[in-house]
Amino acid sequence: MRKQRPLRAFRAGADRSKPMSSPGLERSLNRRDLSSLRLQTSARSAPFWLFVGPFLIGLLIFSYVPIGWSAYLSFFDAQGTVTPDTFVGLQNYADMLTGPFAQSLLTFSVFALFIVPLTFALALGLAVAVNRIRFARAFFRSVFFLPTACSYVVAAMVWKLSLFSGVRFGLANTVLDWFGHDPVAWLSNPDPPWYWLVLVTARLWLQVGFYMILFIAGLQRIPDSLYEAAYVDGARPGWQVFRHITFPQLRPTSIAVLLLSLIAAYQAFDEFYNLLGTARGYPDFGRPPLVYLYYLALGQTQDYGHGSAGALILALLIALVTLLQGRLLGLGRRD
Amino acid sequence: MDNQPVGLRPSVLGTVLRYLALTVAALVFLLPFYLIVRNGLSTEADITSPEWTLFPSSLHWENITELFTDPSVPMAHALWNSLVIAVLQTAGQLVLGSLCGYGLARIPYRHANKIFYLIVATLMVPAAVTFVPSFVLVSSLGWVSSLRGLVIPGLFAGFTAFMFRQYFLSFPRELEEAARIDGLGYWGAYWRIVVPNSGGFFAAVAVIQFIGSWNSFLWPLVIGQDESSWTVQVAMSTFLTAQNVNIHELFVAAAVGIVPLVLIFALLQRYLVRGVAETGIKG
Repeated sequence: MRKQRPLRAFRAGADRSKPMSSPGLERSLNRRDLSSLRLQTSARSAPFWLFVGPFLIGLLIFSYVPIGWSAYLSFFDAQGTVTPDTFVGLQNYADMLTGPFAQSLLTFSVFALFIVPLTFALALGLAVAVNRIRFARAFFRSVFFLPTACSYVVAAMVWKLSLFSGVRFGLANTVLDWFGHDPVAWLSNPDPPWYWLVLVTARLWLQVGFYMILFIAGLQRIPDSLYEAAYVDGARPGWQVFRHITFPQLRPTSIAVLLLSLIAAYQAFDEFYNLLGTARGYPDFGRPPLVYLYYLALGQTQDYGHGSAGALILALLIALVTLLQGRLLGLGRRD
Repeated sequence: MDNQPVGLRPSVLGTVLRYLALTVAALVFLLPFYLIVRNGLSTEADITSPEWTLFPSSLHWENITELFTDPSVPMAHALWNSLVIAVLQTAGQLVLGSLCGYGLARIPYRHANKIFYLIVATLMVPAAVTFVPSFVLVSSLGWVSSLRGLVIPGLFAGFTAFMFRQYFLSFPRELEEAARIDGLGYWGAYWRIVVPNSGGFFAAVAVIQFIGSWNSFLWPLVIGQDESSWTVQVAMSTFLTAQNVNIHELFVAAAVGIVPLVLIFALLQRYLVRGVAETGIKG
């Protein structure tokens, strides 16, 4: 079947370009074309594999093998072993979807509910403000982008030990003290859940500049003629132009920012682990999916079966979001 | 640059308000950096003083030497580990990703499309999510707490290959065809024509990769179980979540840990901005 394909492709092409050609001529053309194609294919596949092969082998070993292996493990009772023999069917999945892991997916949703819209609004606001000024534009852009160079660990450290330190010398508590308010235990007390303020502000600081750059790139792709046309049509500057020109034109960027920040929130680990985790372990509040999986699979229990099932559930969720993104943005198109 | 016609430009008052808001926002964004420096150069007593002051009572530069001489904190070694890992991963990703991207974009092959989709499919599942299965694989290879385990699994990012392919598709074909006529094969065209003319794109990918690699935490935490294989991030995290923290030492460590990145950032920002704007990725 495979060898037939170039032939049929050629015939289809020949039919279009030369509808009047005689059957005999076409046959001889086909034969010559087919043999030269075969030669070309074997000669060409060598350089292709030299270029693509090394990467592809690594990808198969370090992406496909782990996923396949963990799909296998997820159907077994695999505690402390990676070659289990007790098949449990879908039990691991059922456990994960009814236990604390489901709770952690809910935790993630709360986090996403705050972080995604706030990131979107702040990044867009900064991008519009920075893009409209003439003086010191590069300076402001750099300042807002600078936290991208910072790690989540460093940010967690500043937030935990300085800004939102639960003791009196913490900066937030110092400010509260000016207003005669008692110090707040920002991270150690789940009720009221002030820890969300700490987590959300830390991530906002780290990632807003990155999405701002995406929005600035989007803003600069909007053709000047649209603004000129709006001006001629009597649109008032400011909100009206933003609502009817700028924002609709930014649609592809907006979708990218929403979905990228949502996918990033799914993978939240670093700042949660460092802000809420202690030497004694992790509290049972504010626990996102990856943190739960970390303690489940790599902690005392070494439960690779449940850990793999959880990882696959999470991967499936993210794959769905990415597919949605691909549909909306045309990711993976050939050009 | 300014895509607003004259009539749509904001008023003077609007401009003043905009600069005011941007300045306040800039101060808020810079505050954490200032706190790192302030606390790093303060004494423990100054940091924990009940009276918070913007400036410490005295600056203690000897905190930096203290960090590197304190035997309980393997900071120098952690910095070295982070540097080695970031350099190897950046170089490896550039070589493997650009070769693969070039092959996919330029060398005709019957199954190229299928292979492309095999790579694109991995974009849907971020590496962080599959750390449990990856750990299982790497530990059965015996690579836990080793440089191999820290570097190699991160070399095969589908996104890098994907981005290089997209970039090479937009590379002017005429240049390569001239090279082919002059008798260069695919390798010659790639190495002598395409790579030397793609410095900006390679630099953009390199900066993003380096920052991402230097700042990555979950995988080094999972694999770097012995102190000898800690990266800067893991070392800082270990002391951050410990019972007794030496606060000023931690902040000096943070300052030392972000200096290389701020330098790279300052020098290569235009590549970084270009890379982010074009690819929408952060390492």
